[in-house]
Amino acid sequence: MRNFVSERAQSIPPSGIRKFFDLALTMENVISLGVGEPDFRTPWNICESSIYSIEQGTTSYTSNKGLPSLRDALSRYLGQHYNLPYTSSDEIIITSGVSEGLDIAIRSVIDPGDEVAIAQPSYVSYAPCVTLSGGKPVPVRCTEKDRFKLSPEALLEQITPKTKALIINFPNNPTGAIMNGNDLKAIADIVIDKDILLISDEVYAELTYESTHVSAATVSDLWERTITLNGFSKAYAMTGWRVGYLCAPKELCDAALKIHQYIMLCAPVMGQVGALEALRSAEEDKNSMVNEYRLRRNMFVAGLNRIGLSCHVPEGAFYAFPSVKETGLSDVEFAERLLKEHKVAVVPGSVFGVGGEDHLRCAYAVSRKDLSEALGRMETFISGL
Amino acid sequence: MDEKDLELLRILEENSRLSADEIAIMTNLSKADVENRVHALEAAQVIKRYSTVINWERAGNGEVSAILELKVSPERDYGYDRIAERLSRFRQVKTLRLMTGTYDLQLVVTGKNMQEVSRFVSENVAPMDRIRETTTHIIMKSYKENGHTLFEQQEAERLPYSF
Repeated sequence: MRNFVSERAQSIPPSGIRKFFDLALTMENVISLGVGEPDFRTPWNICESSIYSIEQGTTSYTSNKGLPSLRDALSRYLGQHYNLPYTSSDEIIITSGVSEGLDIAIRSVIDPGDEVAIAQPSYVSYAPCVTLSGGKPVPVRCTEKDRFKLSPEALLEQITPKTKALIINFPNNPTGAIMNGNDLKAIADIVIDKDILLISDEVYAELTYESTHVSAATVSDLWERTITLNGFSKAYAMTGWRVGYLCAPKELCDAALKIHQYIMLCAPVMGQVGALEALRSAEEDKNSMVNEYRLRRNMFVAGLNRIGLSCHVPEGAFYAFPSVKETGLSDVEFAERLLKEHKVAVVPGSVFGVGGEDHLRCAYAVSRKDLSEALGRMETFISGL
Repeated sequence: MDEKDLELLRILEENSRLSADEIAIMTNLSKADVENRVHALEAAQVIKRYSTVINWERAGNGEVSAILELKVSPERDYGYDRIAERLSRFRQVKTLRLMTGTYDLQLVVTGKNMQEVSRFVSENVAPMDRIRETTTHIIMKSYKENGHTLFEQQEAERLPYSF
Protein backbone atom coordinates (compact mmCIF):
# COMPACT_ATOMS: atom_id res chain seq x y z
CA MET A 1 0.00 0.00 0.00
CA ARG A 2 1.16 3.52 -0.72
CA ASN A 3 1.80 5.94 2.08
CA PHE A 4 -1.30 8.08 1.85
CA VAL A 5 -0.11 10.77 4.20
CA SER A 6 0.70 13.93 2.31
CA GLU A 7 4.22 15.28 2.29
CA ARG A 8 2.95 18.43 3.93
CA ALA A 9 1.35 16.51 6.78
CA GLN A 10 4.50 14.42 7.11
CA SER A 11 6.62 17.54 7.33
CA ILE A 12 4.83 18.66 10.50
CA PRO A 13 6.91 17.48 13.49
CA PRO A 14 5.10 15.59 16.27
CA SER A 15 4.12 17.51 19.41
CA GLY A 16 7.07 18.32 21.64
CA ILE A 17 5.28 17.35 24.83
CA ARG A 18 3.43 14.18 23.85
CA LYS A 19 5.49 12.04 26.24
CA PHE A 20 4.94 14.50 29.10
CA PHE A 21 1.26 14.50 28.42
CA ASP A 22 0.99 10.71 28.46
CA LEU A 23 3.08 10.51 31.61
CA ALA A 24 1.08 13.16 33.46
CA LEU A 25 -2.17 11.36 32.71
CA THR A 26 -0.92 8.26 34.55
CA MET A 27 0.07 10.22 37.66
CA GLU A 28 -1.96 11.45 40.58
CA ASN A 29 -1.68 14.63 42.59
CA VAL A 30 0.06 16.49 39.78
CA ILE A 31 0.01 20.28 39.98
CA SER A 32 -0.13 21.46 36.43
CA LEU A 33 1.41 24.77 35.44
CA GLY A 34 1.33 23.44 31.91
CA VAL A 35 -2.04 24.69 30.84
CA GLY A 36 -2.67 27.52 28.43
CA GLU A 37 -6.12 28.38 29.71
CA PRO A 38 -7.77 30.19 32.62
CA ASP A 39 -8.67 28.17 35.71
CA PHE A 40 -11.84 30.22 36.14
CA ARG A 41 -15.20 29.04 34.94
CA THR A 42 -16.92 31.13 32.29
CA PRO A 43 -18.85 33.93 34.06
CA TRP A 44 -22.36 32.65 34.65
CA ASN A 45 -24.21 35.45 32.85
CA ILE A 46 -22.48 34.30 29.67
CA CYS A 47 -23.45 30.66 30.23
CA GLU A 48 -27.00 31.64 31.11
CA SER A 49 -27.55 33.65 27.94
CA SER A 50 -26.22 30.83 25.80
CA ILE A 51 -28.41 28.24 27.56
CA TYR A 52 -31.44 30.49 27.13
CA SER A 53 -30.74 30.95 23.44
CA ILE A 54 -30.62 27.17 22.98
CA GLU A 55 -33.95 26.90 24.77
CA GLN A 56 -35.32 29.51 22.39
CA GLY A 57 -34.22 27.38 19.45
CA THR A 58 -31.23 29.43 18.34
CA THR A 59 -29.43 26.43 16.90
CA SER A 60 -28.96 27.24 13.20
CA TYR A 61 -26.08 28.39 11.06
CA THR A 62 -25.30 32.07 11.27
CA SER A 63 -24.07 34.18 8.38
CA ASN A 64 -20.54 33.16 7.38
CA LYS A 65 -19.10 36.27 8.94
CA GLY A 66 -20.93 35.65 12.20
CA LEU A 67 -23.97 37.15 13.95
CA PRO A 68 -24.41 40.79 12.87
CA SER A 69 -25.20 41.76 16.47
CA LEU A 70 -21.91 40.27 17.65
CA ARG A 71 -19.93 41.97 14.88
CA ASP A 72 -21.60 45.30 15.67
CA ALA A 73 -20.78 44.95 19.35
CA LEU A 74 -17.22 43.93 18.54
CA SER A 75 -16.73 46.81 16.16
CA ARG A 76 -17.77 49.23 18.91
CA TYR A 77 -15.70 47.44 21.53
CA LEU A 78 -12.53 47.45 19.41
CA GLY A 79 -13.02 51.11 18.61
CA GLN A 80 -13.53 52.11 22.23
CA HIS A 81 -10.86 49.92 23.81
CA TYR A 82 -8.12 49.78 21.21
CA ASN A 83 -8.90 52.58 18.82
CA LEU A 84 -9.30 50.02 16.02
CA PRO A 85 -11.66 51.21 13.25
CA TYR A 86 -12.94 47.90 11.84
CA THR A 87 -16.44 48.07 10.33
CA SER A 88 -18.82 45.32 11.35
CA SER A 89 -20.11 44.71 7.82
CA ASP A 90 -16.86 44.19 5.91
CA GLU A 91 -13.88 43.91 8.17
CA ILE A 92 -14.66 41.37 10.90
CA ILE A 93 -15.11 37.59 10.66
CA ILE A 94 -16.12 35.57 13.72
CA THR A 95 -13.95 32.42 13.72
CA SER A 96 -13.86 29.15 15.63
CA GLY A 97 -11.24 30.37 18.03
CA VAL A 98 -8.10 32.27 17.14
CA SER A 99 -6.71 28.96 15.86
CA GLU A 100 -9.03 29.06 12.88
CA GLY A 101 -8.46 32.78 12.41
CA LEU A 102 -4.73 32.12 12.21
CA ASP A 103 -5.16 29.34 9.68
CA ILE A 104 -7.39 31.31 7.30
CA ALA A 105 -5.25 34.43 7.69
CA ILE A 106 -2.15 32.53 6.61
CA ARG A 107 -3.89 30.60 3.87
CA SER A 108 -5.37 33.72 2.38
CA VAL A 109 -2.00 35.44 1.95
CA ILE A 110 0.70 32.77 1.65
CA ASP A 111 1.71 31.02 -1.58
CA PRO A 112 4.21 28.17 -1.92
CA GLY A 113 7.72 29.54 -1.58
CA ASP A 114 6.75 32.59 0.47
CA GLU A 115 8.70 33.13 3.63
CA VAL A 116 6.95 34.05 6.85
CA ALA A 117 8.94 35.57 9.69
CA ILE A 118 7.73 34.42 13.11
CA ALA A 119 8.77 36.17 16.32
CA GLN A 120 9.79 33.36 18.65
CA PRO A 121 9.44 31.92 21.26
CA SER A 122 5.86 31.64 20.05
CA TYR A 123 2.66 29.74 20.23
CA VAL A 124 3.20 26.34 18.65
CA SER A 125 0.82 26.49 15.70
CA TYR A 126 2.26 29.40 13.72
CA ALA A 127 5.05 27.50 11.97
CA PRO A 128 2.97 24.39 11.12
CA CYS A 129 0.18 26.56 9.68
CA VAL A 130 2.73 28.31 7.45
CA THR A 131 4.12 24.93 6.37
CA LEU A 132 0.63 23.67 5.56
CA SER A 133 0.18 26.65 3.24
CA GLY A 134 3.39 25.72 1.42
CA GLY A 135 5.21 28.65 2.96
CA LYS A 136 8.51 28.61 4.78
CA PRO A 137 8.48 29.60 8.46
CA VAL A 138 11.50 31.72 9.41
CA PRO A 139 11.99 32.15 13.15
CA VAL A 140 13.10 35.52 14.50
CA ARG A 141 14.74 35.22 17.88
CA CYS A 142 13.49 37.31 20.79
CA THR A 143 15.92 37.26 23.68
CA GLU A 144 15.82 37.54 27.42
CA LYS A 145 18.14 40.53 27.16
CA ASP A 146 15.31 42.40 25.36
CA ARG A 147 12.77 41.02 27.84
CA PHE A 148 11.58 38.89 24.91
CA LYS A 149 10.35 41.82 22.85
CA LEU A 150 10.89 41.61 19.09
CA SER A 151 13.92 43.72 18.23
CA PRO A 152 14.14 45.51 14.88
CA GLU A 153 17.72 44.25 14.40
CA ALA A 154 16.73 40.61 14.83
CA LEU A 155 13.83 41.07 12.44
CA LEU A 156 15.93 42.77 9.75
CA GLU A 157 18.42 39.90 9.84
CA GLN A 158 15.77 37.39 8.79
CA ILE A 159 14.04 39.39 6.09
CA THR A 160 14.74 38.37 2.50
CA PRO A 161 13.09 39.36 -0.80
CA LYS A 162 10.85 36.31 -0.32
CA THR A 163 9.45 37.49 3.01
CA LYS A 164 5.72 37.98 2.62
CA ALA A 165 4.50 38.26 6.19
CA LEU A 166 5.48 38.62 9.83
CA ILE A 167 3.57 36.91 12.65
CA ILE A 168 3.74 38.42 16.12
CA ASN A 169 1.93 37.64 19.36
CA PHE A 170 2.05 40.23 22.13
CA PRO A 171 1.27 39.88 25.01
CA ASN A 172 3.22 36.75 24.30
CA ASN A 173 2.63 33.10 24.93
CA PRO A 174 5.01 31.72 26.34
CA THR A 175 7.11 34.66 27.60
CA GLY A 176 4.51 37.15 28.84
CA ALA A 177 6.36 39.92 26.96
CA ILE A 178 4.46 42.91 25.63
CA MET A 179 5.27 45.52 22.96
CA ASN A 180 4.47 49.15 23.73
CA GLY A 181 3.78 51.83 21.11
CA ASN A 182 7.44 52.67 20.61
CA ASP A 183 8.47 49.02 20.34
CA LEU A 184 5.84 48.52 17.66
CA LYS A 185 6.78 51.71 15.84
CA ALA A 186 10.29 50.37 15.23
CA ILE A 187 8.85 47.15 13.82
CA ALA A 188 6.29 49.06 11.75
CA ASP A 189 9.04 51.01 10.00
CA ILE A 190 10.61 47.78 8.79
CA VAL A 191 7.34 46.08 7.88
CA ILE A 192 6.28 49.09 5.78
CA ASP A 193 9.71 49.63 4.25
CA LYS A 194 10.00 45.97 3.22
CA ASP A 195 6.35 45.90 2.10
CA ILE A 196 5.31 42.89 4.13
CA LEU A 197 2.06 41.95 5.81
CA LEU A 198 1.64 41.78 9.57
CA ILE A 199 -0.40 39.09 11.29
CA SER A 200 -0.88 40.15 14.91
CA ASP A 201 -2.32 37.60 17.34
CA GLU A 202 -3.57 39.67 20.26
CA VAL A 203 -5.56 37.06 22.15
CA TYR A 204 -3.91 38.11 25.44
CA ALA A 205 -4.56 41.83 24.88
CA GLU A 206 -6.89 42.16 27.86
CA LEU A 207 -4.29 40.55 30.10
CA THR A 208 -1.89 43.49 30.14
CA TYR A 209 -1.07 44.49 33.68
CA GLU A 210 0.87 47.72 34.08
CA SER A 211 -0.13 49.46 30.89
CA THR A 212 -2.80 49.55 28.21
CA HIS A 213 -2.43 47.17 25.32
CA VAL A 214 -1.43 48.83 22.04
CA SER A 215 -2.95 47.11 19.05
CA ALA A 216 -0.43 46.81 16.19
CA ALA A 217 -2.86 48.00 13.51
CA THR A 218 -3.11 51.40 15.22
CA VAL A 219 0.64 52.07 14.92
CA SER A 220 2.00 54.19 12.03
CA ASP A 221 0.36 53.12 8.76
CA LEU A 222 0.17 49.46 9.67
CA TRP A 223 -3.62 49.26 9.50
CA GLU A 224 -3.82 48.63 5.74
CA ARG A 225 -1.33 45.77 5.98
CA THR A 226 -2.35 44.13 9.24
CA ILE A 227 -4.57 41.19 10.06
CA THR A 228 -5.58 41.40 13.71
CA LEU A 229 -6.54 38.17 15.45
CA ASN A 230 -8.24 38.00 18.80
CA GLY A 231 -10.80 35.98 20.71
CA PHE A 232 -12.79 35.43 23.87
CA SER A 233 -10.94 32.41 25.28
CA LYS A 234 -8.42 34.01 27.59
CA ALA A 235 -10.03 37.24 28.79
CA TYR A 236 -13.45 35.73 29.51
CA ALA A 237 -12.38 32.18 30.43
CA MET A 238 -14.15 30.79 27.37
CA THR A 239 -11.57 28.43 25.84
CA GLY A 240 -14.01 25.60 25.17
CA TRP A 241 -16.51 27.89 23.44
CA ARG A 242 -14.25 28.34 20.42
CA VAL A 243 -14.97 31.93 19.52
CA GLY A 244 -12.37 34.20 18.00
CA TYR A 245 -12.31 36.89 15.36
CA LEU A 246 -10.26 38.05 12.44
CA CYS A 247 -10.16 41.73 11.55
CA ALA A 248 -8.60 43.16 8.42
CA PRO A 249 -9.22 45.72 5.69
CA LYS A 250 -11.96 44.60 3.30
CA GLU A 251 -9.84 43.01 0.54
CA LEU A 252 -7.94 40.85 3.01
CA CYS A 253 -11.10 40.05 4.95
CA ASP A 254 -12.88 38.98 1.77
CA ALA A 255 -10.05 36.58 0.92
CA ALA A 256 -10.12 35.05 4.40
CA LEU A 257 -13.90 34.77 4.22
CA LYS A 258 -13.64 32.60 1.07
CA ILE A 259 -11.66 30.05 3.02
CA HIS A 260 -13.71 30.38 6.21
CA GLN A 261 -17.00 29.74 4.38
CA TYR A 262 -15.75 26.44 2.96
CA ILE A 263 -13.85 25.03 5.91
CA MET A 264 -15.99 26.25 8.83
CA LEU A 265 -19.14 27.82 7.38
CA CYS A 266 -19.57 29.71 10.62
CA ALA A 267 -18.46 29.64 14.24
CA PRO A 268 -20.85 27.73 16.55
CA VAL A 269 -23.91 29.88 17.21
CA MET A 270 -24.07 29.07 20.95
CA GLY A 271 -20.54 30.34 21.30
CA GLN A 272 -21.36 33.50 19.38
CA VAL A 273 -24.35 34.21 21.61
CA GLY A 274 -22.14 33.73 24.67
CA ALA A 275 -19.50 36.03 23.20
CA LEU A 276 -22.09 38.75 22.63
CA GLU A 277 -23.13 38.50 26.26
CA ALA A 278 -19.48 38.67 27.29
CA LEU A 279 -19.16 42.05 25.57
CA ARG A 280 -22.46 43.24 27.00
CA SER A 281 -22.12 42.32 30.62
CA ALA A 282 -18.89 40.59 31.62
CA GLU A 283 -16.55 43.56 31.90
CA GLU A 284 -16.44 43.32 35.70
CA ASP A 285 -15.93 39.57 35.70
CA LYS A 286 -13.08 40.04 33.28
CA ASN A 287 -11.50 42.78 35.35
CA SER A 288 -11.63 40.74 38.52
CA MET A 289 -10.01 37.76 36.78
CA VAL A 290 -7.28 39.98 35.33
CA ASN A 291 -6.72 41.46 38.77
CA GLU A 292 -6.36 38.01 40.30
CA TYR A 293 -3.83 36.97 37.62
CA ARG A 294 -1.78 40.05 38.46
CA LEU A 295 -1.69 39.18 42.17
CA ARG A 296 -0.71 35.61 41.35
CA ARG A 297 1.96 36.77 38.94
CA ASN A 298 3.58 38.98 41.57
CA MET A 299 3.51 36.19 44.08
CA PHE A 300 4.72 33.47 41.70
CA VAL A 301 7.50 35.42 39.98
CA ALA A 302 8.85 36.59 43.34
CA GLY A 303 8.79 32.95 44.44
CA LEU A 304 10.66 31.75 41.34
CA ASN A 305 13.41 34.30 41.84
CA ARG A 306 13.60 33.39 45.52
CA ILE A 307 14.16 29.68 44.82
CA GLY A 308 16.86 30.43 42.26
CA LEU A 309 15.07 30.40 38.91
CA SER A 310 15.69 33.86 37.52
CA CYS A 311 12.61 35.29 35.89
CA HIS A 312 11.75 38.70 34.42
CA VAL A 313 8.38 40.14 35.40
CA PRO A 314 6.04 39.31 32.53
CA GLU A 315 3.87 42.32 31.73
CA GLY A 316 1.08 40.39 30.05
CA ALA A 317 -0.64 37.01 29.48
CA PHE A 318 -0.56 34.48 32.35
CA TYR A 319 2.81 32.86 31.87
CA ALA A 320 6.09 33.16 33.74
CA PHE A 321 9.16 32.19 31.72
CA PRO A 322 12.02 31.49 34.14
CA SER A 323 15.51 30.42 33.11
CA VAL A 324 16.90 27.06 34.26
CA LYS A 325 20.43 27.80 33.12
CA GLU A 326 21.78 28.09 36.67
CA THR A 327 20.63 24.56 37.49
CA GLY A 328 22.83 22.95 34.84
CA LEU A 329 19.88 21.05 33.41
CA SER A 330 18.34 21.60 30.01
CA ASP A 331 14.75 22.80 29.94
CA VAL A 332 13.55 19.38 28.78
CA GLU A 333 15.48 17.50 31.48
CA PHE A 334 14.29 19.94 34.12
CA ALA A 335 10.65 19.65 33.08
CA GLU A 336 10.80 15.86 32.82
CA ARG A 337 12.44 15.32 36.21
CA LEU A 338 10.22 17.91 37.90
CA LEU A 339 7.18 16.02 36.68
CA LYS A 340 8.49 12.54 37.49
CA GLU A 341 10.09 13.32 40.84
CA HIS A 342 7.94 16.13 42.21
CA LYS A 343 4.72 16.02 40.23
CA VAL A 344 4.75 19.55 38.89
CA ALA A 345 3.96 19.93 35.20
CA VAL A 346 5.62 22.77 33.27
CA VAL A 347 6.36 23.10 29.56
CA PRO A 348 9.99 23.18 28.36
CA GLY A 349 10.66 26.49 26.60
CA SER A 350 12.32 24.90 23.58
CA VAL A 351 8.90 23.62 22.51
CA PHE A 352 8.11 27.23 21.59
CA GLY A 353 10.94 27.56 19.08
CA VAL A 354 14.18 29.54 19.02
CA GLY A 355 14.86 31.63 22.09
CA GLY A 356 12.86 29.28 24.31
CA GLU A 357 15.69 26.91 25.17
CA ASP A 358 16.83 26.88 28.82
CA HIS A 359 13.50 28.28 29.94
CA LEU A 360 10.24 26.92 31.28
CA ARG A 361 6.74 28.07 30.60
CA CYS A 362 4.82 28.11 33.85
CA ALA A 363 1.18 29.13 33.60
CA TYR A 364 0.03 30.93 36.73
CA ALA A 365 -3.63 30.49 35.82
CA VAL A 366 -3.98 28.19 38.83
CA SER A 367 -5.06 28.92 42.40
CA ARG A 368 -2.67 30.72 44.74
CA LYS A 369 -2.70 27.65 46.96
CA ASP A 370 -1.50 25.43 44.11
CA LEU A 371 1.05 28.03 43.05
CA SER A 372 2.66 28.09 46.46
CA GLU A 373 2.57 24.27 46.69
CA ALA A 374 4.22 24.10 43.23
CA LEU A 375 6.89 26.60 44.32
CA GLY A 376 7.60 24.47 47.38
CA ARG A 377 8.02 21.34 45.26
CA MET A 378 10.25 23.17 42.78
CA GLU A 379 12.40 24.46 45.60
CA THR A 380 12.82 20.94 47.00
CA PHE A 381 13.78 19.72 43.53
CA ILE A 382 16.33 22.47 42.92
CA SER A 383 17.95 22.17 46.33
CA GLY A 384 18.43 18.44 45.72
CA LEU A 385 20.30 18.96 42.45
CA MET B 1 -8.49 55.79 50.92
CA ASP B 2 -6.82 55.13 47.59
CA GLU B 3 -6.72 52.40 44.93
CA LYS B 4 -4.17 50.41 46.94
CA ASP B 5 -6.40 50.47 50.03
CA LEU B 6 -9.29 49.16 47.98
CA GLU B 7 -7.07 46.42 46.63
CA LEU B 8 -6.04 45.43 50.17
CA LEU B 9 -9.69 45.30 51.20
CA ARG B 10 -10.61 43.05 48.29
CA ILE B 11 -7.73 40.72 49.09
CA LEU B 12 -8.58 40.57 52.80
CA GLU B 13 -12.28 40.11 52.17
CA GLU B 14 -11.44 37.02 50.16
CA ASN B 15 -8.87 35.65 52.61
CA SER B 16 -8.05 37.51 55.79
CA ARG B 17 -5.45 34.95 56.88
CA LEU B 18 -2.81 36.07 54.40
CA SER B 19 0.27 37.48 56.09
CA ALA B 20 1.47 41.03 55.53
CA ASP B 21 4.47 39.52 53.75
CA GLU B 22 2.35 37.60 51.29
CA ILE B 23 0.14 40.59 50.59
CA ALA B 24 3.17 42.85 50.16
CA ILE B 25 4.61 40.60 47.46
CA MET B 26 1.32 40.33 45.60
CA THR B 27 0.64 44.06 45.59
CA ASN B 28 4.17 45.41 45.14
CA LEU B 29 3.93 47.29 48.43
CA SER B 30 6.45 47.08 51.24
CA LYS B 31 5.51 44.97 54.25
CA ALA B 32 5.52 48.07 56.46
CA ASP B 33 3.23 49.88 54.04
CA VAL B 34 0.76 46.97 54.08
CA GLU B 35 0.78 46.87 57.89
CA ASN B 36 0.30 50.62 58.20
CA ARG B 37 -2.54 50.68 55.73
CA VAL B 38 -4.30 47.76 57.39
CA HIS B 39 -3.92 49.37 60.82
CA ALA B 40 -5.35 52.62 59.48
CA LEU B 41 -8.29 50.77 57.92
CA GLU B 42 -8.89 49.00 61.23
CA ALA B 43 -8.67 52.25 63.17
CA ALA B 44 -11.14 53.89 60.82
CA GLN B 45 -13.48 50.92 61.33
CA VAL B 46 -13.46 50.26 57.59
CA ILE B 47 -12.26 46.81 58.58
CA LYS B 48 -14.72 45.84 61.31
CA ARG B 49 -13.34 42.42 62.16
CA TYR B 50 -11.89 39.23 60.71
CA SER B 51 -14.20 36.27 60.59
CA THR B 52 -14.67 32.91 58.91
CA VAL B 53 -17.25 31.70 56.42
CA ILE B 54 -18.56 28.45 57.88
CA ASN B 55 -20.87 25.94 56.33
CA TRP B 56 -22.84 25.24 59.54
CA GLU B 57 -24.96 22.68 57.86
CA ARG B 58 -21.87 20.62 57.15
CA ALA B 59 -20.61 21.25 60.68
CA GLY B 60 -23.78 19.46 61.72
CA ASN B 61 -24.73 21.63 64.70
CA GLY B 62 -28.37 21.64 63.59
CA GLU B 63 -28.85 25.36 64.11
CA VAL B 64 -31.98 26.91 62.67
CA SER B 65 -32.02 30.29 60.97
CA ALA B 66 -34.97 32.42 60.00
CA ILE B 67 -35.61 35.67 58.24
CA LEU B 68 -37.96 38.00 60.11
CA GLU B 69 -39.82 40.77 58.39
CA LEU B 70 -41.07 43.47 60.73
CA LYS B 71 -43.49 46.28 60.16
CA VAL B 72 -42.56 49.02 62.57
CA SER B 73 -44.05 52.40 63.50
CA PRO B 74 -41.21 54.87 63.34
CA GLU B 75 -40.59 57.26 66.25
CA ARG B 76 -40.65 61.01 65.98
CA ASP B 77 -37.04 62.35 65.83
CA TYR B 78 -35.52 58.88 65.70
CA GLY B 79 -37.23 57.09 62.82
CA TYR B 80 -36.29 53.43 62.95
CA ASP B 81 -32.91 53.86 64.59
CA ARG B 82 -33.76 53.31 68.23
CA ILE B 83 -35.87 50.22 67.73
CA ALA B 84 -33.33 48.81 65.28
CA GLU B 85 -30.52 49.38 67.75
CA ARG B 86 -32.48 47.69 70.53
CA LEU B 87 -33.19 44.69 68.35
CA SER B 88 -29.55 44.39 67.31
CA ARG B 89 -28.49 43.87 70.90
CA PHE B 90 -30.04 40.42 70.98
CA ARG B 91 -27.44 37.69 70.53
CA GLN B 92 -29.86 35.80 68.27
CA VAL B 93 -29.97 38.60 65.69
CA LYS B 94 -27.18 38.04 63.20
CA THR B 95 -28.16 40.61 60.59
CA LEU B 96 -30.52 43.57 60.68
CA ARG B 97 -31.39 45.91 57.83
CA LEU B 98 -33.90 48.68 57.08
CA MET B 99 -35.64 47.92 53.81
CA THR B 100 -37.76 49.62 51.22
CA GLY B 101 -40.96 47.81 50.21
CA THR B 102 -43.77 46.13 52.07
CA TYR B 103 -42.05 45.87 55.44
CA ASP B 104 -39.45 47.89 57.30
CA LEU B 105 -36.87 45.82 59.15
CA GLN B 106 -35.37 42.55 58.02
CA LEU B 107 -33.62 40.34 60.57
CA VAL B 108 -31.68 37.13 60.23
CA VAL B 109 -31.99 35.26 63.52
CA THR B 110 -30.57 31.93 64.59
CA GLY B 111 -31.33 29.50 67.37
CA LYS B 112 -30.44 25.98 68.47
CA ASN B 113 -33.74 24.66 67.17
CA MET B 114 -37.12 25.69 65.87
CA GLN B 115 -38.53 26.12 69.41
CA GLU B 116 -35.82 28.52 70.37
CA VAL B 117 -36.36 30.64 67.26
CA SER B 118 -40.12 30.76 67.67
CA ARG B 119 -39.81 31.56 71.36
CA PHE B 120 -37.45 34.38 70.55
CA VAL B 121 -39.85 35.80 67.97
CA SER B 122 -42.98 35.47 70.03
CA GLU B 123 -41.57 36.41 73.42
CA ASN B 124 -38.84 38.92 72.61
CA VAL B 125 -39.51 40.54 69.27
CA ALA B 126 -43.24 40.57 68.63
CA PRO B 127 -44.27 42.15 71.95
CA MET B 128 -41.89 45.10 71.61
CA ASP B 129 -43.48 48.51 71.36
CA ARG B 130 -43.88 49.89 67.85
CA ILE B 131 -43.66 46.50 66.15
CA ARG B 132 -46.93 46.16 64.34
CA GLU B 133 -46.50 42.92 62.48
CA THR B 134 -43.98 40.08 62.15
CA THR B 135 -43.56 37.48 59.44
CA THR B 136 -41.11 34.64 59.98
CA HIS B 137 -39.53 32.59 57.20
CA ILE B 138 -37.50 29.55 58.21
CA ILE B 139 -34.38 29.09 56.08
CA MET B 140 -34.45 25.57 54.65
CA LYS B 141 -31.06 25.45 52.97
CA SER B 142 -28.27 27.89 52.13
CA TYR B 143 -26.71 27.74 48.70
CA LYS B 144 -24.54 30.83 48.84
CA GLU B 145 -23.39 33.06 51.69
CA ASN B 146 -21.49 36.32 51.28
CA GLY B 147 -20.28 35.46 47.81
CA HIS B 148 -19.24 31.91 48.66
CA THR B 149 -21.19 28.99 47.21
CA LEU B 150 -21.91 26.25 49.73
CA PHE B 151 -22.87 23.40 47.39
CA GLU B 152 -20.52 20.87 45.85
CA GLN B 153 -19.26 21.82 42.43
CA GLN B 154 -17.63 19.33 40.18
CA GLU B 155 -14.00 20.11 39.40
CA ALA B 156 -13.84 21.20 35.79
CA GLU B 157 -11.60 18.85 33.85
CA ARG B 158 -8.55 20.49 32.43
CA LEU B 159 -5.89 18.86 30.32
CA PRO B 160 -2.54 18.61 32.13
CA TYR B 161 -0.90 20.40 29.20
CA SER B 162 -2.25 22.76 26.60
CA PHE B 163 -0.68 25.51 24.58
